[in-house]
Amino acid sequence: MRKCYFDHVATNPLLPEVFDAMVPFFKEDFGNPLSVYELGIKARDVIENARISVAALINAKPSSIVFTSSGAEANNFALKGIALAKQNQGKHLIVSRVEHHSILNTARSLEKMGFVVTWLPVDKYGLVDPEVVKKAIVKETILISITHASSEIGTLEPIKEIVKIAKEKKVPLHADGVATTGNIPIDVKELGVDLYSMAAHQFYGPKGAGALYVKEGIRIVPLIYGGIQEGGRRAGTENVPAIVGMGKAAEITSRDLNSRISHCKLLRDKIIDGVSKIPNVYLTGHPENRLPHHASFVVEFIEGEAMLLMLAMKGIYAASGSACSSKALKSSPILLSMGIQSALAQGSVVFSVGIDNTLEDVEYFLNEFPQIVNRLREMSPFAKGWKTGAEGDKCYTGG
Amino acid sequence: MKFVHDIKADFTADIVYMMCPMHLLKLDEMIKELEIGQMLEILTDYDGALEDIPAWCQKTGNEFIGIEESEDYYKFYIRKTVE
Repeated sequence: MRKCYFDHVATNPLLPEVFDAMVPFFKEDFGNPLSVYELGIKARDVIENARISVAALINAKPSSIVFTSSGAEANNFALKGIALAKQNQGKHLIVSRVEHHSILNTARSLEKMGFVVTWLPVDKYGLVDPEVVKKAIVKETILISITHASSEIGTLEPIKEIVKIAKEKKVPLHADGVATTGNIPIDVKELGVDLYSMAAHQFYGPKGAGALYVKEGIRIVPLIYGGIQEGGRRAGTENVPAIVGMGKAAEITSRDLNSRISHCKLLRDKIIDGVSKIPNVYLTGHPENRLPHHASFVVEFIEGEAMLLMLAMKGIYAASGSACSSKALKSSPILLSMGIQSALAQGSVVFSVGIDNTLEDVEYFLNEFPQIVNRLREMSPFAKGWKTGAEGDKCYTGG
Repeated sequence: MKFVHDIKADFTADIVYMMCPMHLLKLDEMIKELEIGQMLEILTDYDGALEDIPAWCQKTGNEFIGIEESEDYYKFYIRKTVE
């Protein structure tokens, strides 16, 4: 059976060159980067080389890159680090409603610590309106955090426009770039952001490596205290193989990004065209201004998890924005924030392609997926009469 | 402790929120970049620096000019006097 991995927003396979670059640092080159002898010096040098490669990927200064264990840690570091550093100036943060859980839950934890969070609404495409950001800023605002793109809906947020407003009001802006770095060109200087999060496994690097860009001059309180690693900003003996892998993946991504984008866009557009032909299926997120490898939908009358299971039985691996736990169906807060009704949001499904996918994969998928949808609808009590349109729920789709 | 005001520094190292021993490492790193006679400013909120930086100056022979307290952190001034 053909295997089609269409879940590149979840993670990506490690590039063989990346793996090869990492191996010596698990084996003979195992030194601690703080050691003064040759093994340590080598480990220190490769970390600094990785820092240069990661910085180049987003056009940053190498000294502004702080390695972390993940994108989630980078997001936690940005929010908590700035909140604690600036709490004497104010305790107000602005966060959008389409953020990853590592932002949403960090902001919630800060609320419990006495900070006040304004949760920004989004439009039907999941876009944050810069004018709404402007209105939300008050004297006590110390940080704005907006995702560059949500991995659930793919919409690219107008970060540059929001930065302009943040700069006028002298409020630092963090953008979660976990879903964007390695998928679209990133230039932090052009964007004007103060902080930017990344994760290596999103661009064919290893899991266990992430980074936070912290613009020169921004003060941030460390999440982890201890030694002098990362200039005292993130203690703990460095995960040298993972950092080396992140550096190598960044170097390859800088080289291959344009061809990756062209390849993924072609496949993504075919998926969007094909899936949109199925009745009562709606694209979520922005139709054009979205991640080049990302196609997300809501499928009326059926539930996302069921689609994923049936797709997996055909060797097709995808994701759903909906979460199903303890028999209690919970709709995606991101889809709900876009005005999509709860029942329809249950039918969320996300396909994200990568360099390992082919046109044949997409053709195979487009042949299988309509059959799966039909089969599930035949079984669904919610779909009664949908073919005639007589009893089907009329859901606002947002699209 | 010598308290000073409105000192003009040639270089500044902002290590506010960084803990021990970053103040000494940064001091050591930055002082190498200075010419003899130039002034270095270290911004830190680490209390241990109150003892460590004057002691470092005494040990290395560089001149400890003094500190200025701001709301959230200290400003340390050191003049490079030896190579």
